[in-house]
Amino acid sequence: MAARKSTKKPNVSAEELTQYYRDMLLIRRFEEKAGQLYGMGLIGGFCHLYIGQEAVVVGLEAAAEEGDKRITSYRDHGHMLACGMEANGVMAELTGREGGLSKGKGGSMHMFSKEKHFYGGHGIVGAQVPLGAGLAFADKYKDNGRVTFTYFGDGAANQGQVYETFNMAAIWDLPVVFVIENNQYAMGTAQSRSTSTPDIYTRGEAFGIPGEAVDGMNVLAVKDAGERAVAHCRSGKGPYILEVKTYRYRGHSMSDPAKYRTREEVQKMRSERDPIEQVRDMLLTGKHASEEDLKAIDKEIKEIVNKSADFAKESPEPALEELWTDIYA
Amino acid sequence: MATEILMPALSPTMEEGTLAKWLVKEGDTVSSGDILAEIETDKATMEFEAVDEGIIGKILIAEGREGVAVNTAIAVLVEEGESLDAAPTAAPAAGEAATPVEAPAAPAPVAAAAAAPAAPEVDSSPDWPAGTELVKTTVREALRDAMAEEMRGDEDVFLMGEEVAEYQGAYKISQGLLDEFGSKRIIDTPITEHGFAGIATGAAFGGLKPIVEFMTFNFAMQAIDHIINSAAKTLYMSGGQMGAPMVFRGPNGAAARVGAQHSQDYAAWYMQIPGLKVAMPYSASDAKGLLKSAIRDPNPVIFLENEILYGQSFDVPKMDDFTVPFGKAKIWREGSDATIVSFGIGMKYALEAADKLAEEGISAEVIDLRTLRPMDLPTVIKSVMKTNRLVTVEEGWPQGSVGGYIASEVMQQAFDYLDAPVITCTGKDVPMPYAANLERHALITTDEVVAAVKQVTYR
Ligand SMILES: Cc1ncc(C[n+]2csc(CCOP(=O)(O)OP(=O)(O)O)c2C)c(N)n1
Ligand SMILES: [Mg+2]
Repeated sequence: MAARKSTKKPNVSAEELTQYYRDMLLIRRFEEKAGQLYGMGLIGGFCHLYIGQEAVVVGLEAAAEEGDKRITSYRDHGHMLACGMEANGVMAELTGREGGLSKGKGGSMHMFSKEKHFYGGHGIVGAQVPLGAGLAFADKYKDNGRVTFTYFGDGAANQGQVYETFNMAAIWDLPVVFVIENNQYAMGTAQSRSTSTPDIYTRGEAFGIPGEAVDGMNVLAVKDAGERAVAHCRSGKGPYILEVKTYRYRGHSMSDPAKYRTREEVQKMRSERDPIEQVRDMLLTGKHASEEDLKAIDKEIKEIVNKSADFAKESPEPALEELWTDIYA
Repeated sequence: MATEILMPALSPTMEEGTLAKWLVKEGDTVSSGDILAEIETDKATMEFEAVDEGIIGKILIAEGREGVAVNTAIAVLVEEGESLDAAPTAAPAAGEAATPVEAPAAPAPVAAAAAAPAAPEVDSSPDWPAGTELVKTTVREALRDAMAEEMRGDEDVFLMGEEVAEYQGAYKISQGLLDEFGSKRIIDTPITEHGFAGIATGAAFGGLKPIVEFMTFNFAMQAIDHIINSAAKTLYMSGGQMGAPMVFRGPNGAAARVGAQHSQDYAAWYMQIPGLKVAMPYSASDAKGLLKSAIRDPNPVIFLENEILYGQSFDVPKMDDFTVPFGKAKIWREGSDATIVSFGIGMKYALEAADKLAEEGISAEVIDLRTLRPMDLPTVIKSVMKTNRLVTVEEGWPQGSVGGYIASEVMQQAFDYLDAPVITCTGKDVPMPYAANLERHALITTDEVVAAVKQVTYR
């Protein structure tokens, strides 16, 4: 499959490209709406938007099969939408309502779906890394051929438990893809100020885990790398590391003063590397879609998002009895 | 259609802010993501971005204005062709703002106990049927048998920890298990508590039923984030969708002469956490019956053992499937003058004290809580209603102790039955010393329990 790596124009159908466009746009518009509802005071607490990083999760979901698992940090809205969880349930969880995926008891950072094999939504930086390896441990134990995508940030990559996990994942050949979403900042700390060597994907070398860097603004590059990683894991060769270089346009959370980077830096990324614009260009120049087709998609997405916002506003707050449920199974 | 742009809340606590600077002017075309204004919050100056495309119509709040409340309209966004000062037609968006339904008042706290509460209902049925054959068994063997029996019955149960497999257990609890179940289910881990506690918790999310052995609970402090934040809270945070059916077990508390870092009782720590269950057995039958229940329990269970008790023998019933339920205390000895409540190795002091007191004509009732969460307070209250005096015994430190919690509950639920202040016998408020004489002093002693009972009975 070496040819595939170097192929400039990957073999991708118009339908697939359109689907990626749609999936990324849904995340983008959903997050913009969440930001708006936050501004209105309808969403409280911490709210971490995924805007700019859409290609990472959409590309990797394209490499996943039914039954594969995923787990991530608090920056989780995009992952949930990409794996097919309902926008309504996600948005209503953000507003802390009964119709939310966790009945309003989890919030932005803590959502789950057994049905879609989404295991959270974790607020402790790095905690999802051993948890994800544990999901893979369960799959290996059951010998069911499933793979777990374990997402974490460039900041999380400095947690000790990540390396404890790399070690065990390697000794036990766990089928887990470690996806480092390197958006270049951990809150206000640029990667260069927190990380001794710039290429985080090489950190698996010491454990014998192969890794590669991926252009995270290009959904096709992500999908391609994802397929390699998944094939490696599924064939029983153990874990694989993808360091996906991406960028978040918005602040770390809603209350980020953004003093650690320039407006020009953000603007440059947006105008030159935007993952959605890239696919849009491919669709138009490849004559896979017309402006009208894309407008129709935009409209459709806007409707889904607006509906989710309405649902999230109208869904009642959870009943007070909910305070006392789900503490013990 | 024109829409109002509202003063945003830019932090979890922001109620108002200063509109420091407009970066657009009336008539400008904006698209989503463009920065409209700089707003000073209680914490910082932040950029405020457009979420919709359109043309800036009227600017309603001039730059420099302080104290602009969240959700105040600050500008109007119009569509192409609309008049720049078009008034929004919809109801003012401020009306949409967060006015969460006023929550009805929280349910009133359980009313303070009436002056003379009825004796609580308690389940005092025996742990096994009369006439069952009893076999002298050490706590060590009982724990091993419990794991082996549960593993035979359920393929999803596995044991993971340092030295549990080839070494046969640092304290030989897992002796023979590798031979019977193989290395798929009896798994030696590297020395990496934080990591393997997380992996085991993930495996539990994924449908397995892990038993995690900590070589001792002192080392579980490195793993406590996963025990509490990942294992105990996920069921709640997921609205009941997924939890962690698993057991964290190992020796807890002081062994002998191993110094401060290896001698701590964590009972009171874990007892505090909603979402965890906590067992701390004393006898071999409880060790076996409770561990079997713990492995079957769909919740994360903290199972606190004791190295000194491992080698002690007790009667264990010979039954096909012997279990002990959580939340059911055991009365080891009935008495009428004072109640002694303890658990785990504290029971050794409690029972020895009761023997000594009997020689002096003082009749102590001795209760073993067996599990701390859920805790069988009704059995304690009922006993206090009879004896009117209470002494608690534990090895852990005094501040924030198990006994302190029991004392407060008894005071609230049975104040009028107390004829003396409750005495909480605990370990001394010091890190564990190494020197033999100092260590003896730091631990709770039988004589201290005897003295406490005499004090509450005014003898
Ligand atoms: C253990 C822990 N320490 C600190 C925090 C506070 N915190 C939340 S997010 C964050 C930055 C993480 O950055 P990164 O891993 O790069 O992820 P990103 O936010 O960029 O997606 C910090 C320090 C936390 N939640 N957990
Ligand atoms: Mg980051």
